[in-house]
Amino acid sequence: MAVQVRVPTILRTHTGGAKLVEGAGATVADLFRDLDTRYSGLRGRLVTGDDGAELHRFVNIYVNDEDVRFLGGLDAKLQDGDEVTILPAVAGGAG
Amino acid sequence: MRFDSLADSVGRTPLVGLPRLSPSPEVRLWAKLEQDNPTGSIKDRAALWMIADGEKRGLLTPGATVLEPTSGNTGISLAMVCRQRGYRLVCVMPENTSVERRQLLRMWGAEIRYSPAAGGSNEAVAVAKRLAAENPDWVMLYQYGNPANAQAHYETTGPEILEDLPEITHFVAGLGTTGTLMGTGRYLKERVPGIAIVAAEPRYGELVYGLRNIDEGFVPELYDPSVLTSRYSVGPKEALRRTRELVQEEGIFAGISTGAILHAALGQADRAVREGRPAEIALIVCDGGWKYLSTGAYAGTLEEAEAALEGQLWA
Repeated sequence: MAVQVRVPTILRTHTGGAKLVEGAGATVADLFRDLDTRYSGLRGRLVTGDDGAELHRFVNIYVNDEDVRFLGGLDAKLQDGDEVTILPAVAGGAG
Repeated sequence: MRFDSLADSVGRTPLVGLPRLSPSPEVRLWAKLEQDNPTGSIKDRAALWMIADGEKRGLLTPGATVLEPTSGNTGISLAMVCRQRGYRLVCVMPENTSVERRQLLRMWGAEIRYSPAAGGSNEAVAVAKRLAAENPDWVMLYQYGNPANAQAHYETTGPEILEDLPEITHFVAGLGTTGTLMGTGRYLKERVPGIAIVAAEPRYGELVYGLRNIDEGFVPELYDPSVLTSRYSVGPKEALRRTRELVQEEGIFAGISTGAILHAALGQADRAVREGRPAEIALIVCDGGWKYLSTGAYAGTLEEAEAALEGQLWA
């Protein structure tokens, strides 16, 4: 269950500067736990609440460009070959 | 059609079919042409409603100074309304926005204060909030948190679309202040059971996400995710490709954010075709392409155009 993960500049301190990393997991939560074994501290920046049960308010996660908050949040399912993008929430956009 | 003044002519824009981009007679796309508004963008609706609301609540009095963080279109709309009503307008704008937007703002008489490119509109919001604190007599309308922004779409965009397309199944629009999606989305959801409200959010170059800290992130106060069915992030390459398709296939010359919206709408159309379901998909054309000519979006290869947009706030 390998997925490609795009890491924003602000979080690359955890990935040794890498922009694109590989991870594995059946859900987004699993993926974050897997990433944290190699990129220590990364998960702590992405989730909040008891046991990291919630996505950080200012973090957006997209699976194949779709916001996971509309796919079950941290429970969103992942499939082999999915592309996951992590982005900080910023102002912008038309409308 | 006759109106008492330019501002009175805001809204009632055409909804046109996209027969060449629609995948089948059962799955059809419809474009709401917001470039037909007086200053050429959907933001005329929010600007007019926010000013009228400020007047009604007594915040705006003759000679007042209006302050707003804007990457362009809202500022241009506000400048038009402010000029007509005798208000001074100060816009805070990221320095990485197109030159046309700056020229248009000045032409309509707005003053521009720049915020740093790094951090994008986030920084513009921060600078505007600082200016508001330093100038307590200025009135910041604050499109990201002003309910009148969403209300404009609840009272106009939503009813117009439903009147023109009662069989609507999907509404697709851009996500910035979230005003269009919140207002139109709420109106349509109250009246059309099962309608999908779909957001297309631009994904910019890395510079724009250059926060120092995740906690400096920003979610507009107007945003209520429960109004949306799904939300897509659309990068510059797809947005440019669709912007060009829209002019090549249907003759509609739109800005780049519309390409991102069209991309999300075509994704919904494809899904409907795969699932064998009919669909009537309304999407927003936010503005025309004129203000983006200098970005190189319409010339050369897609790769060249994408490279030229790097670091720009293109939506």
